[in-house]
Amino acid sequence: MALWKTLKPEFWDYVDAAAGPFTPLFNFRRMWQLAVLLTVGVAVVPLVGITAVDYQVTQKSIESEIALRASRLASNTRRTISFFLEERRAALEYIVRDNSFERLNDPERLQAILNNLKSSFEGFTDLGVIDPLGYQRIYVGPYKLEGVDYGGQAWYREVLERGVYVSDVFLGFRQVPHLIIAVKHEVGSGGQFVLRATLDTEQFNHLISYPEVAGGGDAFLINRAGKLQTPSLSHGNVLDTISLPVPEPSPNTEVIESTDSRNQLNVVGYAYIEKTPFILMIVKNKKDLMKPWYTTRLQLMGFLAGSITIILAVILGVATYLVNKIYLADQRRITMLHQVEYSNKMVTIGRLAAGVAHEINNPLAIINEKAGLIKDLFSLRPDCARDEKLMNTVNAIIVSVERCAKITRRLLGFMRNTGVVTEGIDLKETIHEVLGFLNKEAEYRSFHISVHAEDDVPQITSDRGRLQEIFLNVINNSFAAMQDGGHLEITVRRAQENSVAVIISDDGCGIPKADLERVFEPFFSTRTGKGGTGLGLSITSGLVQELGGRIQVDSEVGKGTSFTILLPIRTEGKEKTSYEGALGR
Amino acid sequence: MKVLLVDDEHELVSTLAERLTLRGIEADWTVSGEEALSLAEKNTYDVAVLDVKLPRISGLELKRRLHAKRPAMKFIFMTGHGSEEDFRNYSAETSEGCYLVKPVSIEDLIRTMNDLMKASEVKP
Repeated sequence: MALWKTLKPEFWDYVDAAAGPFTPLFNFRRMWQLAVLLTVGVAVVPLVGITAVDYQVTQKSIESEIALRASRLASNTRRTISFFLEERRAALEYIVRDNSFERLNDPERLQAILNNLKSSFEGFTDLGVIDPLGYQRIYVGPYKLEGVDYGGQAWYREVLERGVYVSDVFLGFRQVPHLIIAVKHEVGSGGQFVLRATLDTEQFNHLISYPEVAGGGDAFLINRAGKLQTPSLSHGNVLDTISLPVPEPSPNTEVIESTDSRNQLNVVGYAYIEKTPFILMIVKNKKDLMKPWYTTRLQLMGFLAGSITIILAVILGVATYLVNKIYLADQRRITMLHQVEYSNKMVTIGRLAAGVAHEINNPLAIINEKAGLIKDLFSLRPDCARDEKLMNTVNAIIVSVERCAKITRRLLGFMRNTGVVTEGIDLKETIHEVLGFLNKEAEYRSFHISVHAEDDVPQITSDRGRLQEIFLNVINNSFAAMQDGGHLEITVRRAQENSVAVIISDDGCGIPKADLERVFEPFFSTRTGKGGTGLGLSITSGLVQELGGRIQVDSEVGKGTSFTILLPIRTEGKEKTSYEGALGR
Repeated sequence: MKVLLVDDEHELVSTLAERLTLRGIEADWTVSGEEALSLAEKNTYDVAVLDVKLPRISGLELKRRLHAKRPAMKFIFMTGHGSEEDFRNYSAETSEGCYLVKPVSIEDLIRTMNDLMKASEVKP
């Protein structure tokens, strides 16, 4: 709140008192708000818009880049694995086409074939020939599997049906992961037999452990039940069930996003490998992939925040500065306007008053002379001269005429000179003169008025008429604030080397702090509707300035108000000529 | 001391003349500039008290013509009006303090006349 008070611009709480119920020419607060709102809108909205678009585009492109890379990797790896299995299937196919059932039934021959296979293709462990009834006739390999009946097994039926079969990975007797490839061969007379080979899966592991994958993620094969067929880095070992859901079957390479059991979002590139139970999975942690994007995003946001802060600061500064300038110009305009208005009014009043005074002065002069003559004549006649009542009556007429003359001369004095007219002035005397005008009211309301002038106060050179008006206005203002029986204290003292201070203090109602700085504003009045015009102190302030002085106000609500008028000892102006003397001013 | 009073207000000027006479000052009066000129032709006046606003011939004009006839004559202006412009014009035509605003007390008028006479005696 304290910060706001210091930052609050001058115009913020300004209310054009002169406008009354009408919309004032300028509503500075609104003007400021509008300027700030519009400029901020015009500057910040496009910036935010562009940043948002850039954000979206960059994020999208990074995401699609990630997807593309995952997809390409999956696609390549699938082709490799497909080719690997296809190659081995083709080898078996070649064997059954090249060798008749009878030749294959020769264990030596079969052993030779296995040896050839082992040296040509890595991974073959054993070979077996199964007759149409499902018995393994011949077996070459590390186990004793001759005569095993496969007739009732599911894979055997499948190989008969489709001609070729690739099994899931299983742990063999040696606890090493294996898989089986079997091909069927039909013999011309409707007979058929099956050649079965066991492959260890070591080869797979090499095929899919790409350095690319190893960096940021994991690549492995699963079967359709979600069991791992090859070891993985972070999703378990062979034959474990992975924590990710098994993806939907698709003939193409796909990229999906999927959440694992640790609630991590992963980018999964997968491919169903044709004619096998295998699904290739390339799994990468999305967070890791997006890391470069997070850095970029932070920079982007930082730049945006910085820009907006600077824009706001500049706009607020510029708007406040400009509106304040307008406010000050408007204030000056209002002051000038009131000064012009006031001086016009004074000129009009002056003309009117002088005209009236002139018209009255002539008959007044006649009354004066006639009464004087009566007095003269009576004075010459002893009987009349002694008639006290008669003489008093005549004297009363003459005194009244003098009073009238005083009034008309004052009215003539309204013909204000445009310039400041200076003469030597005793301030105490001037204050007493002013109090003389206000005697009636002061007596009626039983004010206690004291005037105190310190000894070292020099005579000042200033404009008597203006000084009178200044004191009259300030004292009137005090009278309006005081209760009946209030105290008014007027002190005159030397302020500085070349100035004197007149301090007019009352014990009236005081002025609230909020109003204090506005009392000299034109048309600012708390007595509107009760006879206050809001012009008195404004005019006073103007007059004091004309005399090269300053006026200050201190006040405390309930305790009273104190006006301090500082006047230079010498005010520049035209020396008073005896014209003013002729008017009795 | 012999005085010529010129003012278009008949009542004012005649009464004033009577009062001056009562005080031993010989005073002639008239309400028009023309008559004032013919009076000045016939008689010699020490002081002329002129109204500023006279019909036909203004106070200023009258003063100039009288001055041409009688260079020794002193002038006092009386006016009901208090404009500064008038004051400047008339002050230039006469000695200081000889521009009086009506109503003027007879004592002030006599004092002003005496001051004028004294001043003229000092510098012959």
